[in-house]
Amino acid sequence: MTTSPPQYQTVQPEAVTNWYKAGRTDQFPVGAGATIKYGDRQIAVFYFPRQDKWYACQNLCPHKLENVLGRGLIGEQEGIPKVACPLHKKTFSLTTGENLNGDCPPVAVYPVDVKDGYVYVGFAD
Amino acid sequence: MERIILVGNGMVGHKFCELFSKHPQRAAFELVVFGEECRPAYDRVHLSAFFADRDAERLSLATQSWYDEQGINLKCGTPITSVDVNNKRVVTASGETIGYDYLVFATGSSPFVPPIPGREKAGVFVYRTIEDLEGILDYAEVVKKTKSGKATVMGGGLLGLEAAKATLDMGLESHVVEFAARLMPRQLDDRGATVLKDTVEGLGLHIHTNKNTANIGGNGSITHLEFSDGQQLETDMLIVSAGIRPRDELARAAGIKVGDRGGICVDEYLRTSAPNVFAIGEAALYQSMIYGLVAPGYEMARVALSAIFADHEAQAMPDVIDMSTKLKLIGTDVASFGQAITNEDEARSIVFQDDVAGIYKRINISLDGKRLLGGILVGDAADYNMLHQIQRNGMSIPPQPEDLILGARGGESSGASVLDLPDEAVICSCENVTKGALCGHLDDGSAQSVKDLAGCTKAGSGCGGCKPMLTDLVDAYMKSQGKVVRNVICEHFPYTRQELRDLIVMKNIRTYDEALDEVGTGHGCESCKPALASIFATSYMETANPQAVIQDTNDRFLANIQRNGTYSVVPRVAGGEISPKQLVDMGRIAEKYDLYTKITGGQRIDMFGARLEELPLIWEELIAAGFESGHAYGKALRTVKSCVGSTWCRYGMDEAVSFAIELENRYKGLRSPHKLKGGVSGCIRECAEARGKDFGLIAVEGGYNLYVCGNGGARPKHAELLAGPIDRKTAFLYLDRMLIFYLRTAPPLTRTAAWLDNMEGGIDYLKSVVIDDALGLNAEFEAEMNSLVAAYRCEWKEAVETPHLRSRFQTFINTDEEDSTLEFVDLRGQKMPKAWA
Ligand code: SRM
Ligand SMILES: Cc1cc2nc3c(=O)[nH]c(=O)nc-3n(C[C@H](O)[C@H](O)[C@H](O)COP(=O)(O)OP(=O)(O)OC[C@H]3O[C@@H](n4cnc5c(N)ncnc54)[C@H](O)[C@@H]3O)c2cc1C
Ligand code: SF4
Ligand code: FES
Repeated sequence: MTTSPPQYQTVQPEAVTNWYKAGRTDQFPVGAGATIKYGDRQIAVFYFPRQDKWYACQNLCPHKLENVLGRGLIGEQEGIPKVACPLHKKTFSLTTGENLNGDCPPVAVYPVDVKDGYVYVGFAD
Repeated sequence: MERIILVGNGMVGHKFCELFSKHPQRAAFELVVFGEECRPAYDRVHLSAFFADRDAERLSLATQSWYDEQGINLKCGTPITSVDVNNKRVVTASGETIGYDYLVFATGSSPFVPPIPGREKAGVFVYRTIEDLEGILDYAEVVKKTKSGKATVMGGGLLGLEAAKATLDMGLESHVVEFAARLMPRQLDDRGATVLKDTVEGLGLHIHTNKNTANIGGNGSITHLEFSDGQQLETDMLIVSAGIRPRDELARAAGIKVGDRGGICVDEYLRTSAPNVFAIGEAALYQSMIYGLVAPGYEMARVALSAIFADHEAQAMPDVIDMSTKLKLIGTDVASFGQAITNEDEARSIVFQDDVAGIYKRINISLDGKRLLGGILVGDAADYNMLHQIQRNGMSIPPQPEDLILGARGGESSGASVLDLPDEAVICSCENVTKGALCGHLDDGSAQSVKDLAGCTKAGSGCGGCKPMLTDLVDAYMKSQGKVVRNVICEHFPYTRQELRDLIVMKNIRTYDEALDEVGTGHGCESCKPALASIFATSYMETANPQAVIQDTNDRFLANIQRNGTYSVVPRVAGGEISPKQLVDMGRIAEKYDLYTKITGGQRIDMFGARLEELPLIWEELIAAGFESGHAYGKALRTVKSCVGSTWCRYGMDEAVSFAIELENRYKGLRSPHKLKGGVSGCIRECAEARGKDFGLIAVEGGYNLYVCGNGGARPKHAELLAGPIDRKTAFLYLDRMLIFYLRTAPPLTRTAAWLDNMEGGIDYLKSVVIDDALGLNAEFEAEMNSLVAAYRCEWKEAVETPHLRSRFQTFINTDEEDSTLEFVDLRGQKMPKAWA
């Protein structure tokens, strides 16, 4: 278990200064994640069709620092939306970033907005 | 109403309040608590977790409003500055005076900082409070940016190693200097400490033993340490973890008796030398010792409270305090229990050491061979809970005590079961919960799981060290009661795999969403998605393409993910037979995409290191050269291994290769609860290791013997004879039936060996189904297999030829750039991913 590099910091919706246009909604898989690049950061963006909700978190798994979370299975645990890392199945809450099944450090999460068929991810820089 | 004043709101002080709030006589007392820290009690044991998220709330043991609700008057940020035992009153920092009937010191301890010149310099820290950690984090950020980023911990004990690992995780170069000749000198012997040193050095810590720090150098802020041997160590920060000193200053000034080396002297009821004054936790000196662990502190809180209430439960502190510990968080297991270090004249020691694996285990046995006195575990502490229980409860030990750490050789397990423990055995020492109490809750049905037990008794909520044992207890208890723990899929589908499969087929449900709507609840998770994918695949021969997002990671991208997030590519090589032309084609493609190649244990070729976006390109070329998916990524038929058989071999009884190819081609693409492997050997010499597979055929006089339900891997098992000698056609028939029976009835991720193990009636029952048609379903089984075989398609071909399926192999949505974080290094002329930090 390791600490993520400092460029990954959770952004609260009210702290967003830059809504980055990540792509058209139909470019993203339905019920899974895909990855975008924002500067030197890799951000995983997930769409939960049943709840019609979008979430984003760092693509980097804090467990072994590999850029893989966007390729993990997504789901819900007692109402909390989560992603399971494809490498060792650590699960992370997509609302708080917290590791739900272990003692890994949390992942940074980012607000997502959808407007006119485009997906926007919120950054504070 | 009498008033109790509690000084100190740390872990033990809080435990006192918690017990107070539940005490039946509490109405007779008023409790006022003064805490020096600015927040209510928090979990110091898991303090290091604060580094990960800076979330103080997560460590909190109780909130101010909890105290309010309990009617306990808690004043945080209000240290007591003096105590007057003659007039029974205390004075607060703000000058307020307040009287007591009973006074309890729970003032804890402070880190000991040896009087080394330079210790006041910036960059020198201790490790005890949330504020200490905030200081360390902030300083580390600065140091990482402006300096070399080196941190040193003074003290190689339990806490020092934990702090060192934390600095390593912060991205600093981390050193530990220890005065003694070895790490954890109080808990470990020389050999155990050496194994631990090798292991933590492997994690990246730099360990310096035999180092006496003479000076902390630097101009204003620390730059290096100077040792008495004349050597120096450059460092940008220092965390001192050189032991603790009990906070007895208030008591001392009030004239209460304290020990020569500090600590408020208490008797077996935690009474100090002053009337109606008690001391508990790390501030208390009991039997000339300070106990720096929560469990003895919690025990003190209990005893002191019942002494004040003079209740019928009033009992004294035990004579012997258990100081067993299991170290957490440092990336390797370390535990010591009972008398860890003994001499030859008091005990016989048994030692197991494996330097390659970094494992050291020592147990000390009484000279009469009857009792376990204590021991040390480094590198593998899985046995800690059980050994600790055996020692603590004086349970009898096996005639060959070495079985305790080596496991019995010769099949039978030596391990005592949790159910053998006496009822008084304390399972959770933090919360003092006995086995008897836990079983009581299981007996009366108020608990059925570890979670329930935690709810009823708080067991497992402290250091968490007893959790594995709680799990064992619940499992063993349920089994002993003949209660089967129903293996349901997850919170979204309260069914076993077989029940769910029957529902899906009966209702002709075709998609995951429909399944959730019709027979599930909520929105699904990573457990039920692949389980349903497997049901769709085994019922309808659906490939992993149409519902890619519910597939397990590997199936979603039709390739095995590797440790750096790249993928491997394994084309099918049925029976292991491959032509020179195919070898050349594969070699050409591997060279073009710079893939690492290796012959697998399944007689085919694996090509590693493909990027996500390269997968369809590589497969396009492989398909053009005549290859198909090998399903190496799926819970599906993998390979049918063969020996060369009578084609070339002088002993061969039949053409094993041809039969293996036929078998592999019939069952290829077949998805199942777990992976499926087959083998065909040309004679009883068994060069194809067919009996190590889910199905194995061995050519004998008059046909083949068909063996089923074998396994390699971690729990090897030879396949058992289902029928023989039989001809190839009959072998296919029996296999068709047996495989469909398995597909329908096995729980998720259960290999055929485990499936048969759990089958009532075992192989004889399986024979009655497959050969004698005991269920009358054989015709249905055969028809089902035929339709699955007929529906086979190469899913890679499907994926590369269908644009909307192909679009998923894309690293980034918003750019065609490659992932620049992937790093490879050279390995004997090929590439491999850079090692994990
Ligand atoms: C590549 C290979 C090792 C090699 O370099 O030789 C391999 C590699 C993996 N094996 Fe294996 N196993 C390989 C032959 C074996 C064998 C030997 C054999 O098949 O004769 C065994 C023992 C036989 C058996 O399965 O009973 C074997 C027993 C396992 C097990 C333990 C299964 C068990 O029931 O105990 C696992 C874990 C699992 O499946 O849960 C496993 C899991 C894995 C995984 C899939 C682990 C993972 O999830 O990443 C590895 C991924 C390979 C990849 O990325 O391509 N592998 N694995 C072999 C591929 C064979 C092939 O051509 O498909
Ligand atoms: C990083 C770390 C890891 C640890 N890991 C483990 C472990 O794995 N297992 C284990 O068993 N133990 C562990 N411990 C030890 C454990 O935390 C202590 O044994 C326990 O906290 C002792 O509780 P206490 O209440 O006696 O003291 P404390 O928790 O120190 O509480 C004492 C409180 O009293 C306050 N106080 C002092 N003087 C005054 C005053 N005059 N007026 C008002 N308030 C005052 C202090 O500010 C403090 O808040 C660990 C400790 C640390 C620091
Ligand atoms: S034995 Fe272990 S390390 Fe080796 S390939 Fe199989 S799973 Fe991977
Ligand atoms: S890298 Fe291990 S769980 Fe993510």
